[in-house]
Amino acid sequence: MLKSLGSYRKTVIFVHEWALAEAVISTILNVAKEKGAKKITKAEIKIGTLQQIEVDVLTFAFRELVKNTPLEKTEIKLKPEEVYFKCRVCGVRWNFSNATSVLGREKSEAIHFVPDLVHAFIRCPRCGSPDFEVVGGRGIWVEYIKISK
Amino acid sequence: MGRVHKNFKVRAPDPRLAIIDERLKNVKRIFVVVSGKGGVGKSLIATTLSLILTKRSHSVGLLDLDFHGPSCHFILGAKGAMPTEEKGIIPPEVHGIKFMSLVYYVGDEPLPLRGTEISDTFTELLAITRWGRVDYLIVDAPPGIGEEVLDVIRLMKRSEFLIVTTPSSLVLKTVSRLTRLLLELKVPILGMVENMRITETKLVEEHAKRFGIKYLGPILFEYNLEKCLGNPKKLLRTKFTHNIKDIAKEIS
Repeated sequence: MLKSLGSYRKTVIFVHEWALAEAVISTILNVAKEKGAKKITKAEIKIGTLQQIEVDVLTFAFRELVKNTPLEKTEIKLKPEEVYFKCRVCGVRWNFSNATSVLGREKSEAIHFVPDLVHAFIRCPRCGSPDFEVVGGRGIWVEYIKISK
Repeated sequence: MGRVHKNFKVRAPDPRLAIIDERLKNVKRIFVVVSGKGGVGKSLIATTLSLILTKRSHSVGLLDLDFHGPSCHFILGAKGAMPTEEKGIIPPEVHGIKFMSLVYYVGDEPLPLRGTEISDTFTELLAITRWGRVDYLIVDAPPGIGEEVLDVIRLMKRSEFLIVTTPSSLVLKTVSRLTRLLLELKVPILGMVENMRITETKLVEEHAKRFGIKYLGPILFEYNLEKCLGNPKKLLRTKFTHNIKDIAKEIS
């Protein structure tokens, strides 16, 4: 199954995407149960680009994990969100894409697992401070779910 | 006329929170080593306690929660170990202990995190780490009563707290604040450990009594403990370990 996904990189990442997909599915099911939903028609998932989650790999994990659950026929929409940082010292805002080519594989893998580790590896491009905040595109979250009662 | 189905758009909480209980479901007991004050020996006690329980054939996990100053890896001599990835992260076994720390990813780099970032990092770690079956998960908490301690209480709901202090009235001032907080939040307290005792004193024992907490006894100050860092075999032969064995018997 994994081999059909292609490259070694995808295989490595897949295992982490699985954990994220599990967390998202548990959340949707919990919310639907709490709200007394009869049907979950749609779920929109936002994926921050900081964590470098591969959308096709995550889609595969969802497809496998929703089998035999109330989410089997739910439309799951995955939407990427650009990562933005804001320096708390000088106020500059900047975006950060393609972490692997900038930081190398080891560091970008670390950020993939725990996004806030980015504070160990990058600095504000204007003043060099490590004191910046991730203002958008940090991790993975459920933007909303559509249910019918 | 067919039934009318109403459609609702609803918000959902942080997905990581939904999976944490699942990740910890096969962990029998969680011991959190806390103090409030730094430099009292929390990491050495947490690591040595983990080694002792492992020697007693228990399955043990050790989580270094001190993101700003991790040190359990140094005490264990955990060179070259790295988590494996299997539907999340599986901590490597270091001297028989399932050991998890951010040090695997950041090495000796400083990790300047603020409050919410600490909270996010901790949540992420709990959400992705697969401990499997564990009898005791020992958590080495950083000094203070900030994010890490509050998040342990919020996210690791079965936690039991082991308070570490030294027989110094200065340290006890801070330890008292932490103790009051834990009592106010009604979380289970295993007891209070008196570390680095040099002379006979009843200071900590009386302090524990005043709060209605079990006094777990003294650990005598040992000058050559420094030489045992990074060498668990040597560490296990010290009087320090001998004292912690008595404490382990009391709490496990």
